[in-house]
Order: sequence, then C-alpha cells, then structure tokens
Amino acid sequence: MDNNRASINMHPVLERSSKLERGSTVKRWISSQWMQQAFFIGPAILFYSIVIAIPFFFGIYYSMTSWDGVSGNAVWVGLNNFSTIFLKDPEFGQSFWFTTRFTLTAVILNNVIGFALAYLLSLPLKSRSAIRTIFFLPNVLGGLVLGFIWQFILVQGFPGIGKLTNLSFFNLPWLGTEATAYWALIIVSVWQGAGYLMVIYIAGLANVPKDLIEASVIDGAGKWQILKNIIIPLIMPTVTVCLFISISWTFKMFDLNYSLTSGGPYGSTESVAMNIYNEAFGNNRYGLGTAKALIFFVAVTFITLIQVKLTKSREVEM
Amino acid sequence: MFGRSYSFKWFGIELLAFLLALVFLSPFYFVIVNSFKSFAELLTDTAGLPGVLHAENYVNAWKALNYPQAFKNTLIITIFSNLGLIIISSMAAYRLVRNKSRMNRILFSMFMLAMVIPFQSIMIPMVKMFGWVNLMNTFTGVVIAYMGMGVSFTLFLYSSFIIAIPKEIEESAVVDGCTPYGTFFRIIVPLLKPMTVTVLVLNSLWIWNDFLLPMLVLQKPGLQTIQTATSSLFGQYMTQWDLALAVLVMGMIPVMILFFMAQRHVIQGIADGAVKG
Repeated sequence: MDNNRASINMHPVLERSSKLERGSTVKRWISSQWMQQAFFIGPAILFYSIVIAIPFFFGIYYSMTSWDGVSGNAVWVGLNNFSTIFLKDPEFGQSFWFTTRFTLTAVILNNVIGFALAYLLSLPLKSRSAIRTIFFLPNVLGGLVLGFIWQFILVQGFPGIGKLTNLSFFNLPWLGTEATAYWALIIVSVWQGAGYLMVIYIAGLANVPKDLIEASVIDGAGKWQILKNIIIPLIMPTVTVCLFISISWTFKMFDLNYSLTSGGPYGSTESVAMNIYNEAFGNNRYGLGTAKALIFFVAVTFITLIQVKLTKSREVEM
Repeated sequence: MFGRSYSFKWFGIELLAFLLALVFLSPFYFVIVNSFKSFAELLTDTAGLPGVLHAENYVNAWKALNYPQAFKNTLIITIFSNLGLIIISSMAAYRLVRNKSRMNRILFSMFMLAMVIPFQSIMIPMVKMFGWVNLMNTFTGVVIAYMGMGVSFTLFLYSSFIIAIPKEIEESAVVDGCTPYGTFFRIIVPLLKPMTVTVLVLNSLWIWNDFLLPMLVLQKPGLQTIQTATSSLFGQYMTQWDLALAVLVMGMIPVMILFFMAQRHVIQGIADGAVKG
C-alpha cells in the first residue's frame, strides 16, 4: 500500500490516465470496475444469498414436497400442501384471523398512544427527557422477557392488586379465557411498542414549522383544529413509517406470543408465525410448514404494499 | 393572576405525564420487588416491598442460568455479528450509492425487498442448510445468519448517511492519488463514525434480545444465550416464581446497562432511521 502511494505521489496525473498507458496489469485489474464491484458488494451479496435468497427459493420448492424433519425425504406433491392448508387445516385459518384482528387493534392503539405520548412530550415539560426514557424503556427488552414479566403480573400481580382494591378488572382470569388473553397480548404489545413509535412521532412533530402553527393561532384556530388540519396532515410521512413498522411487528409477532400465552387458551391466541413454527418444529412437517410460510410471505408483502400506497397518497407536500 | 393559572396548568400536565410514566414503570417494580421475596411472601403479599431481602434467589438463579457462560455466548455472538455487519454493509452501501449503475439499482432494491420477508419464510430451509454444512450448534452459523438478516437494514442506514457526504471530498482524494479502496478506508470510514455508532447500538439491541434464531440453531446446553437460557429456565421454574423472577431480572440487567449507556444514540438512531425511510 505504501509503495503504491509513493509511486502515485510522484506522478499523480500520469497515474490517473494510466488506463491508456502500459501501467502494471495487476494494478489495473485491481482497480477495475469489476473488481471494485466484487470487493465492495460481494460480501454483502454472499451473506444475503446464503441466509435470505437461497433459503427463500428452497422454501418455495419445499412447499411443494412432503418433506418431513424425521426421514429427510422430500417427495414432490405439487400443490397438495396448499389444498391441505386451505381445506383441512382450520387452525391455520383461525391463527390467520387471530393475527389479523390482533394486528388491527394493536396497530391502532400503538399509534394513537404513541402519538399522544409524543404530543404530550413535545410540550415544554421540565422532566420530559426522563419521562421519554421511561416510556421507551420496555422496548429495550425483547418480546420474550416482556412476555414473561407480564405472565407474572397477570397470574400473580393482578390478583394481588385485586385483593387490595377489589376492582374486578384485576380479578379477571387474564390468561384463562380467549377474550382476556387476547387483550393481555394487546396490552403488552402497546406497552412494548408505544414508546418506540413515540420517539419517531416526536421527531416528526419537531419538523412541523412553528410559524405555521402560530399563524393559525392568530387566525383563531383551536387546539383541536390545529391538530386535525395542520399537524396531522404534515406528519403523514411519519405516520406512514410508524404504520409500516407497527404492522410489521404485530403481524410477525412470535416471541411475545410464545412467552405470554403460548397460543393458549386452546390455540385461540396462536399467531401465524407461531403456527408455522409449531407445524415445522413441533409436528416435524417441514413441507407443510414452508407452504404456510410462503402464504405468510405473500400476505405480509400484500399488506405492506397496500398500506404504503394508502398512506403515501395522503401525504402532503410542503 | 394569569401567570399563576398558566404555571398551574403546566404543573397539571407535568403531573399527568409523570403518573403515566409510573404506570409504564409498574411492571418493572413488580418483577424487581418480588424477585427479592421468599416464595411464601411473594404469594401472600405481591404488591408490597419485601420484608427481608432474599438475595439467595439471585445466587440460585446465577447457578441455574449458568450465567457467566450464557453471558459470554451472547456477547461473542453480538460482537462478531456487529463487526461483520458493519464491514459488509458499509462497503456495499458506499459502492451502491456512489456507483449508480443499472445493476446496482437492482441490487439495492433487492436488499430492500428482504426487509419485508418474514423470518418464518426462511427459517425452515435455513436450518436444513445449516445442517448440511455443519453450521448447526456453532456460533459461526448464528453469526452468519445475523449478518444475512441484518445486512439490508444496516446497508439502508449507511446509504442514507453516505448520500449526504459531499462527493468533493472523495474527488480530491482521488486527485491526490488515492485508490478507490484507499478512498473508502481512509476517507469515508472515519466520516461514517456517527452512523456506525447508531448501527452498533441498534443491531446490538436486536441481536442481544433475539430468541428464535438461537433457539433453532444452538440446541446444545453449553451454547445457550441469555434469551434461550431464560426461556428454558422460566418454563422449568414456572411454579417457583422467586427463582424465575431472579432469572428474569438477571436477563434484563446487561441490556438495560447498554441502553442507559447509549441512550442518546438509541433514540437518535431510531428517529433518524425512521425519518430517512
């Protein structure tokens, strides 16, 4: 390297036009566009291929086989797995329906609460940076740990508070019935996600021009009008991002589901991600599992595209 | 008069925010307080402070978790995945941003597309492939998987940062005789430092907290990460809350320390990453 630099320093101009002259072939080869491409992007493509691309395409192939984890034989069965899933597997349909309902509720609540917290903390409060940290704190821990924390709270902590306060809210069998287990997941998901979205909304709110708000105050607009007619339209790009992030979290939920309810009671809170996991690694039906994973991928892509299109069309250019 | 009612209003809002923050914190209170109680006390008085501090819960949890081992395993995985991700993503981002050939545009969208693919859609064949090439039950396998899974997002963060670096800096380096490689490693890499810190913090939080991948790949006892060890112990001691809670708290401590040390970068990083998206 040092040698190289010394020679270059002597003839900077000559060196640059060396492509036309008879410079060292090795040096020319090393700094060729092709070599640069391979050096800079090659490693990233390599890891991308090994971990994402190849398994993904293998998955498409395996989804049409009867591959099981035990014998390792993958016999071609065409679209049989898909007809099994759609016709004979009501549990998959149920987990899809649960995941959709869960995503809808959790995304709305996460964003409404995340935005409300951001709005609150955009006010000139003295302790706002400390409070911001607290709201964000649950997100620092993974879904697995959060699920365990809440399992303790719902099983042991809530009845304890219930005994002290006699409020029936705390005396519900939280993880014991379908409806309460559903809401338990929603509560934890909001506790986990709202602080994260709040951080993004705070950044979005900071970009709303102050003079615009001052002008509308002078024009006699109320707080609610300013929020509805000025702030929200201006932060639509932020809303797009937050919806994108929260849909992707909740629709792909696994860790929290695994640790809080394990899909129970009676499989009523089993997310699609968990259903796929159980099919593949619990029942050892890899072929069926990859077929479900493919359907899941199509659903995720479809929802993401629609959502981005819908919110992008509502964005306002400044 | 006006001034007084004004400050009174702000005090009310401040108080409201403060109370909300307490609600957010309360689950931590329950877990930490009860992790110091004896089992009997924990059952009869869940909400109160412990009468006697039962630190032996932590001694037992330390042993049951095999804490030093689990900590070391998680740390090795996190460090090497981070290192790999920073190197491959920053290099690729540089080339993709500065050389916008048609092929590179396609490659860039290909990387971005991967952010939509759920882990469930690749995990089953990936585990199978790892079995073929003896990467099951190895840290190398896990690190490779994190590098593949994280490269898209890391590349995206770096490229949004590199776009903002004025091209003139590199052009003058080339005039001074820098090779394309020298330009990257001597000129660009030092400029990337703020983004590297963000990337490091965000990826560390993700990898440290990730559960499903190590559960699938690392199935031998000595290879457990903090997450997988916590999960198997919590299941095992479900009826023994005193021990289970101490296990939980010990799993939380390292990542909490990381967060409080790098708090500013975490929050800044999330806001930046999202706004640029």
